[in-house]
Amino acid sequence: MFEKLLGKLRIPHLKSTASCEPVVMDAPSEVIFPTLQHRGKPAIPVVKATDTVKVGQLIAEADGKMSSPIYSSVSGKVTKIDLHLGADGRKYPSIRIESDGLMTVCEDIKPPVVEDLDTLIEAIHASGIIGLGGAGFPTAVKLEGVKNNKLETVIINGAECEPYLTCDARMMLDNPELIFEGVELLKKYLPDTPRFIFGIETNKPECIETVARVFADDESVSVMPLPTLYPQGAEKVLIYNTLGITVPENKLPIELGVMVMNVTTLALIAKYVKDGMPLTSRCVTLDGSAVKEPKNVIVPIGAKVRDVIEFAGGLKCEAAKIILGGPMTGVSIYSDEEPVIKTTGGIIALSKKDALANKSTACIHCGRCTEACPQLLDPTSFGRAAKLDNVDDKMQLLDESRINLCVECGSCSFVCPANRPILENIRTMKASLREYKAHKAGLK
Amino acid sequence: MEKLIVSSSPHIRTKVTTKVIMRDVLIALTPAAVASVVLFGLSALLVIAVCVASSVLFEFLFNLLVKKEQTVSDLSAAVTGLLLAFSLPANAEIYHCIVGSFFAIVIVKCLFGGIGCNFANPAVASRVLLLIAFSSSVGDKVATNFMDPELVGGATPLEAIKSGATDSLPSLIDMLVGNRMGALGETCAIALIVGGVYLILRRVIKWQIPVIYIGTVFVLSFIIKMDFNLALYEVLGGGVVIAAFFMITDYVTTPTNTLGKMVFALGAALITVLIRFFGSYPEGVSFAILIMNILSPYVERLCSRKPFGKVGKK
Repeated sequence: MFEKLLGKLRIPHLKSTASCEPVVMDAPSEVIFPTLQHRGKPAIPVVKATDTVKVGQLIAEADGKMSSPIYSSVSGKVTKIDLHLGADGRKYPSIRIESDGLMTVCEDIKPPVVEDLDTLIEAIHASGIIGLGGAGFPTAVKLEGVKNNKLETVIINGAECEPYLTCDARMMLDNPELIFEGVELLKKYLPDTPRFIFGIETNKPECIETVARVFADDESVSVMPLPTLYPQGAEKVLIYNTLGITVPENKLPIELGVMVMNVTTLALIAKYVKDGMPLTSRCVTLDGSAVKEPKNVIVPIGAKVRDVIEFAGGLKCEAAKIILGGPMTGVSIYSDEEPVIKTTGGIIALSKKDALANKSTACIHCGRCTEACPQLLDPTSFGRAAKLDNVDDKMQLLDESRINLCVECGSCSFVCPANRPILENIRTMKASLREYKAHKAGLK
Repeated sequence: MEKLIVSSSPHIRTKVTTKVIMRDVLIALTPAAVASVVLFGLSALLVIAVCVASSVLFEFLFNLLVKKEQTVSDLSAAVTGLLLAFSLPANAEIYHCIVGSFFAIVIVKCLFGGIGCNFANPAVASRVLLLIAFSSSVGDKVATNFMDPELVGGATPLEAIKSGATDSLPSLIDMLVGNRMGALGETCAIALIVGGVYLILRRVIKWQIPVIYIGTVFVLSFIIKMDFNLALYEVLGGGVVIAAFFMITDYVTTPTNTLGKMVFALGAALITVLIRFFGSYPEGVSFAILIMNILSPYVERLCSRKPFGKVGKK
């Protein structure tokens, strides 16, 4: 359809859990809820130490729209609220709850009243559901955008382009009815009767088949098989590869009539509207070379990584590195005491052999990073900027080469034959450009 | 539990390292090396051995001397040595090989910062040095040897064309298999093409680069000579084929972006043909590459892409 698609990188699929139906994890003895699990402001705790809580009970409320409430995933007692060092290196208040092991469900749980777009958005906000593909953007805020823009297309993101992860694939295979209901729900309440396109990578033929079958009678819904090339699931890449639309840097997708929603997010919205149980658990793919039995696990949010691994059968050798999320964009954690949060799609435990990075050598100018970049950026120009002495020149070059458009997919670092920490450097330079601009704006 | 490794994403990396790429280039050059020994005998093997060994040794010694981390294991010095050997006549003097390796590795590569930092292709620059340095002092025979070298005195195909003696040209089949005068690694076009195709299949080089370079040389030669056969001789004679697959595809001294690489190939072809037909030398490949090496950073910047979604000009 289009001459060239964005995203060209061949990476290993490693989807060994594709056929593993998720198993539900038992109540862990302790759960930890960092108050920032989403993009935006941290939630505000509404419980205090020694309070007893039940499954689905609100423990931290949203701080405005650009935030998301947090619900307890177990029944038990709040032990303390303290500052917890998150994987991003910052500290946020975190609520620790000791589980009584009973998983008693909160009696307030009841389906929300959804009558129109406003009540739907309200319900989604209250459900604690955020972009579950990993970005963690509050879904309700995304939906607000349809009020001021004409919505033409909703792209349901089932690309799941990260290696190892199979949660979204399992959702499509195991709960197609939820996905169907989710689309029906959006159709009913979204204005402008948009069309729906499912973007699914071709390495998941069963998912493509299942979704196509479920929507066989619906002409407004289509499935678009995408090449299995990384990063098909990145929002702007997905929009371009399905619709041929370029999202300019100064616009949001919704301003072009497009909304992208993760397939699991969609399904869980449908589930919430049906049973009123807010987001308290999620599917996590447990895999990696140190894991004894790779599998998909439905994990209570807040469960510690160690408990999840233990429940799933443990490790076959010592883990030298543990990643929350996929190996391309996920965060490596410093301790297996870290909790699973809303956006954790995977726990990847790597053995020493796979965790140790090769030495970084000199850039040989091969251009593989430039070629791999889905945003068509030129990492070599960032390298040139890094060598400039004058800070204004440096920042100008970074800005002109649009380092801020980097989506941090990791393609450049992945392909680098010299194993240079390209993305790591980009992150640092992005941050300094941001600070530089803020400083300049402050001077004016 | 021991301490976990914490690092920035991505947490998986490609297995194609610099060493793997250089190894692929060495593998791709093997058919031509074998062919050169078959065509020119053991003296070719000696030249190859001396060039490769001295190149690797010079890099090793340089790193030792300036207390830099050893880089010989990345195999790039071996590639340079092999390419240098390929551009020498089979009867080259040993000290030519050693001087050539020294210039290529120490002067062109290491003094500029080692792998990735040289602005000119070491093997090509060194070939040009040998050509110029020894043409006046060593005499006429060696001069022609380095330019478009001859083994036993006969003219090379390009010299024959230049002097108008087209009757004495070898057959096109001989040109393909390398049964003709020329530098030891350049003559067997078939072996070079086999190696080049291997590099393309291994995604080390892009198919567009050799196609554009060879194609442009052919078309321009045809336009100038208006003779299909002579244009074929222009492509198969001299260093066009080896340059197309192994020299203008060098990463360090060519643009990083694909468009830039293609412009580079086009420019190199243009200069090659200009020198061949309008210059005083019968061969212009090495000069063309050197000139384009110098232009490479500018070509790269002119050919850079517009970032996806960037508003305004590139």
